[in-house]
Amino acid sequence: MSTPDRIDVSIEHKRTDPAQRDGAHPNTCPDCGSHYRDEELAEHLRVCPQCGHHYPVRAPERVAQLADPGTFEEEDADLRSADPLEFFDLKPYVERLAQAEIDTGLGDAILTGRAAIDGHLCRIAAMDFSFMGGSMGSVVGERFARACERAAEDHGTLVSVSASGGARMQEGILALMQLPKTVAGVSELHEAGGTLISVLAHPTTGGVTASFASLGDVILAEPGALTSFAGPRVVAQTTREKLPDDFGLAESNYRFGHVDAVVPRGELRSTLARLLRLFGTRR
Amino acid sequence: MTQEAELGIRDRLAQLSGVKLLRGTRLSAELERLQRQLERLREDTSDEEIWHSVELARNEKRPYTMDYVERILDDWFELHGDRARMDDTAMVAGLGKLDGRTVALIGHQKGRDLKTRVYRNYGMAYPEGYRKAMRTMELAERHGFPLVTLVDTPGAYPGVAAEQHGQGGAIARSQAVMLGLGIPTVAVVIGEGGSGGAIAIAVADRVLMQENAIYSVISPEGCASILWRDAAQAKKAASAFKPDAAHCLELGVIDGIVPEPEGGAHVDHDLAATLMREALAAHLDELVDVPTDELRRARRAKFRSMGVLANV
Repeated sequence: MSTPDRIDVSIEHKRTDPAQRDGAHPNTCPDCGSHYRDEELAEHLRVCPQCGHHYPVRAPERVAQLADPGTFEEEDADLRSADPLEFFDLKPYVERLAQAEIDTGLGDAILTGRAAIDGHLCRIAAMDFSFMGGSMGSVVGERFARACERAAEDHGTLVSVSASGGARMQEGILALMQLPKTVAGVSELHEAGGTLISVLAHPTTGGVTASFASLGDVILAEPGALTSFAGPRVVAQTTREKLPDDFGLAESNYRFGHVDAVVPRGELRSTLARLLRLFGTRR
Repeated sequence: MTQEAELGIRDRLAQLSGVKLLRGTRLSAELERLQRQLERLREDTSDEEIWHSVELARNEKRPYTMDYVERILDDWFELHGDRARMDDTAMVAGLGKLDGRTVALIGHQKGRDLKTRVYRNYGMAYPEGYRKAMRTMELAERHGFPLVTLVDTPGAYPGVAAEQHGQGGAIARSQAVMLGLGIPTVAVVIGEGGSGGAIAIAVADRVLMQENAIYSVISPEGCASILWRDAAQAKKAASAFKPDAAHCLELGVIDGIVPEPEGGAHVDHDLAATLMREALAAHLDELVDVPTDELRRARRAKFRSMGVLANV
């Protein structure tokens, strides 16, 4: 097993979850090679104090970073995916689901609920890349759509934080149908005069980029996050084009007009609070 | 069961799939019964047979969007360009008369020989293609023209420029526009219904598939290279995620199946077009008198209910 080159900041390197890279400890910074204890990283919102690299954030930790302490109440926690295709690749889908739940403590790749951010009531939908690559199947779609509907009824604003490899293959065509389902949720929210603030974390690709994550009234992205429809590997293989160094990264998408702001994690909570003040809450 | 019996069931299924379906997801008892019968038949379906349907859907002699336009629509006038940047030749849009009624039509377009394949970018649209589709939807909405979409793409084009021009956002917005339309909409998957590139123009009141079309979240090759790390396992992948029309109907993803000539649509383009025209006309007839608010409500409710859940 080769040791990754610590100063390599190529796309392939950046887009890979450090936890999954061969030989590297998940707390070792892929950009500068600094190493931290868990509590040091947590204290810095999982941003490398040395170079600013943004480590992945699990959904519960994300909610804790954004919501006022003690205000988050999870909703739809009882939803689980069925296995209509009886999908079997190297192991059965139901087994993958069970393993992911054991590993992450989550019922699926999104955590939704009500919360307050700097005193402003809102709904939060935070995705978790650790649960089957943050892939979107029926449960992610349903939880997101319900969060939209609840936001429409109550408080008017849904803050989504996406981190997803795309649609969940194991649910076949039903996974593709989660795209229009979440889009329908956003339409419902928008018609009720509500607001979607979409935060794109690393990585936000495929079906999530091609649905709700791109429909925010305001779209924010974390520095260095890969946010594209097709991933760099697929593009390189299909087109044999030479990819620009910043292909699909938040900064590139900002330059091309697809995100409103690239917001460092340390400023995310205050930025969301400002947006919540600007959009106001409607009852 | 004999081949003949299966054909009989397929015929009846095709007829029944034309019946009125509430919110598009509930099947009549009769249809469900036939469906189960067909399901039992499919139990012996080998990987080879499922793969055969994938090959038929990709057959280069299969009629493409313009082959249907020529045979189905009178007074066809093609619309070009997204009014911003360019004309995407992988996506055609235009107006024509279907049985005397003006309709707007949008469809992916593939090429049949090397030159036209490249010209049509293998049926893979850029964001500009989806923006052309959106402006056509909005035009149809302004004038109250029903909208027909023909889906036939391996997927949205995965290229550097396509990303820079906002591929994901274009696909997302196209779905949002379709969901909000107050006109009758019918989508038919006529070949490959490839992932995001397909759903972008398939959020319709009625979604149909031709008998040998496929509709899937990822290509069999893409799925195989991710799950088995080997694109050569595509057959295995296809039989695992079941992209064929009967399974899509069973899952409530489509509302009906459009029959094809014996042996497949490529055998007889004229007959395939006649069958297509009949299906489109039947569904549009049912939709034209539905109030616009009801169209929007029912369409949204249909897609909102997609998926299979379990509670703990």
